[in-house]
Amino acid sequence: MNSVGAKPTPDLNAIGQAGSGRGTQSWAFLALLAALVLVPLITTEYVTQVVVLPVLVLGLAGLGLNILTGYAGQISLGSGGFMAVGAYAAYVLAIHGGITFFPLTLLLAGVIAGLVGWVFGLPSIRIKGFYVMVTSLAAQFFFEWLFLKFPWFYNYGDVPTISLPPMGLFGLDINGSYVIKYYFTLAFVVALTWMASNLIKSHVGRNWMAIRDMDTAAGVIGIDSKKYKALAFTISAFYLGIAGALWGFIFLGTTSVGSFQIDRSFQILFIIIIGGMSSIRGNYIGAAFIFLLPLVIDYFAKTFIGDTVSPGVLSNFQKFLFGALIIIFLIKEPDGIDKLLRQLMGRVRRWGRKRA
Amino acid sequence: MSKHFTSIAAAVAIAASSIMSTGVALADGMTQYVPLFVYRTGPYASSGSLWFAGERDYFTYINEVEGGVNGVKFAIEEFETEYNPDRAVEAYERSKGGKDGSPTAFIMTHSTPATYALMDRAREDKIPLFDPAGGPSESKNGLVFPYVFPLLLTFYGQGSVAVNFIAEEFGGFENLKGKKIVTVYHDSGYGRASQPVMTKLAEKYGFIDVQIPVAHPGSEQTAIWRQVRAEKPDYVVLRTWGVMTPVGIKTAKRFGIDTTRMLGDVWAGSRADMIPAGDAAIGYNAIAPYPGGSDFDVHAKLKEHVIDKGLSNLENSDADFGAVFYNVGVVNAALAVEGMRIAMEKFGNRPLTGEEMLWGLENMTIDAARLEELGMTGLLQELKVTPQDHEGGGAARVQEWTGNGWNLVSDWIAVDDSVVDPLIEAKAAEYAAEQGITPRVVD
Repeated sequence: MNSVGAKPTPDLNAIGQAGSGRGTQSWAFLALLAALVLVPLITTEYVTQVVVLPVLVLGLAGLGLNILTGYAGQISLGSGGFMAVGAYAAYVLAIHGGITFFPLTLLLAGVIAGLVGWVFGLPSIRIKGFYVMVTSLAAQFFFEWLFLKFPWFYNYGDVPTISLPPMGLFGLDINGSYVIKYYFTLAFVVALTWMASNLIKSHVGRNWMAIRDMDTAAGVIGIDSKKYKALAFTISAFYLGIAGALWGFIFLGTTSVGSFQIDRSFQILFIIIIGGMSSIRGNYIGAAFIFLLPLVIDYFAKTFIGDTVSPGVLSNFQKFLFGALIIIFLIKEPDGIDKLLRQLMGRVRRWGRKRA
Repeated sequence: MSKHFTSIAAAVAIAASSIMSTGVALADGMTQYVPLFVYRTGPYASSGSLWFAGERDYFTYINEVEGGVNGVKFAIEEFETEYNPDRAVEAYERSKGGKDGSPTAFIMTHSTPATYALMDRAREDKIPLFDPAGGPSESKNGLVFPYVFPLLLTFYGQGSVAVNFIAEEFGGFENLKGKKIVTVYHDSGYGRASQPVMTKLAEKYGFIDVQIPVAHPGSEQTAIWRQVRAEKPDYVVLRTWGVMTPVGIKTAKRFGIDTTRMLGDVWAGSRADMIPAGDAAIGYNAIAPYPGGSDFDVHAKLKEHVIDKGLSNLENSDADFGAVFYNVGVVNAALAVEGMRIAMEKFGNRPLTGEEMLWGLENMTIDAARLEELGMTGLLQELKVTPQDHEGGGAARVQEWTGNGWNLVSDWIAVDDSVVDPLIEAKAAEYAAEQGITPRVVD
């Protein structure tokens, strides 16, 4: 086993569901997409902006890390750092570069993050497993330091927080209505997810999984593991960069290094552990779980116990619960909630067939 | 942990009664919903929990003894943020619409990063953000930042007060010439926030301004103080936060720096910072827009009606009643109450909206007589807030640590507005240009 994130056997289920499940799958997907499109119309501003939108963005970040960890087998704790690169790149492009057409800013920010990811992926050619993780950790701390140290990155403000100037989107102001923000994010997330899913089904994805499952064997059958590892770092950072810019400017509005610290990296890692390694859907399931569980606990505590429990106690309780869940998932179901759901669906289908 | 389990148990035990009592309070439709963004866990919890206790105790006092503000009682709801602006955004979105029909009139952010994160949203939603002695300095300009209130003293102002006090120590501004003032700062937005003003003042008075950063969290500072020592400072200013403060003071002492010639910033001057520093902290000074101490008149009222009746939010009221951060909370809550009172004179005695509260805050005048009525003479400075000036005060006292308490060693020292205001105007204009904001016109 060449790295911590590796799995003993390739999970073919993750490469597009073969066989009978296919039809149900695409129906479920379309239904979900329709539901997501309807969110701003049938729910409140709060649900749209603070529940669904951040889950989409964190899910996208999870997807970025999953490409690297779940598919290519390189574990990383630098997700927060790459998200920061995306956010700061978008800001610098808008402020110093004058690029205020938001989709372009976002894509370029992603490309910059991707290049940075490529650079920080270079050590993975020589070193493996645990040590790769340490270089990603170095990336994390390097960017936290970099964006604080040089005032150019926050336009010489007194305080190193950044918020975008008015950004265009075919005549719409991206900082304006939450509905615009939501649909913009949804469109980006769906397009990028679709791209990732195709990439993983292609020879690139298969090569990544081969490297993940056994580096040496992949080399023997002629896979250029240097190239594909570097590619995995690049694409992963591209996704994380875009997710970082969306998180910073679409969800938060104003951001700073504080939003992309090491705990963010852990959060993204937990998303893929709980949601499911080597799974596209798992990222969004994991993001929903990680982001919404504290809200749900808080809501229930306030509804049923009242304001008498100090929120500090609740907050500690959440940490305790997360810790326990992560240990349970790692031991009992390393493939996360996604696998559990798949098994459940399979059982339902078999049961249905038996009845018919 | 056992303390937490006990509090859960206690919470469950009194849950039923509390639900009933809030039900009654809400029934008459006369409550003002107040969301408090707190951090009772995380790295800054030790300061935070005293701060929030001060606020809650003052609100309890107003609710229980005065029957609310002109009959409008407070319904407080806390949101844990762990000092994380991302979570503050979530809490903001959840609370901005008010609750049970009662609108949100103002939000206490308790954190400069959170104020930054919420600034644009609050402008859209017309909800005043309360961040006394914090927030962006340039938000003193209420024409560009209508919904941000860095009341009492901005970060720029803190730099100016520091230099004024140091000049007094040297016997006048003329003696500052050629002196070296070293600022040791938390390497973050907060720590750097006073640099522009120090640069300006160094030009004006001819002292040498040296800035030395300390990385968060700052629990080891030997290299830093060796560097400070090499500079041979005439005075040291500490702009630190959390564990960085006591470690800094102790290490300074070890390197033979005279800690009585050290001046801490507003957030580097609480009891919790001094106790761990031990004897090294004796004679250390700190800027205090919120002095510590429990001898002010308002404390007598709080003691009688809140602490002694067991209604206090403090976990250890013997030790922490009157602590600097507790007083921060008391003052913040009192400012909110005053703002509401003034707004009610115009809009009537009912729960207020954010826009109405804005009017109240922008017309808030607290003079010596009012301070006396509030029992806050000496604890709070005289304030006059206007749409142009969201700071309102611009002064602080200086307190000296005696080894077991704070001793106030100066009266209110005012900010040098002739230096600070042009900086604020420039920054505000820059922000307005960057964000495409047209400053309000107020008659």
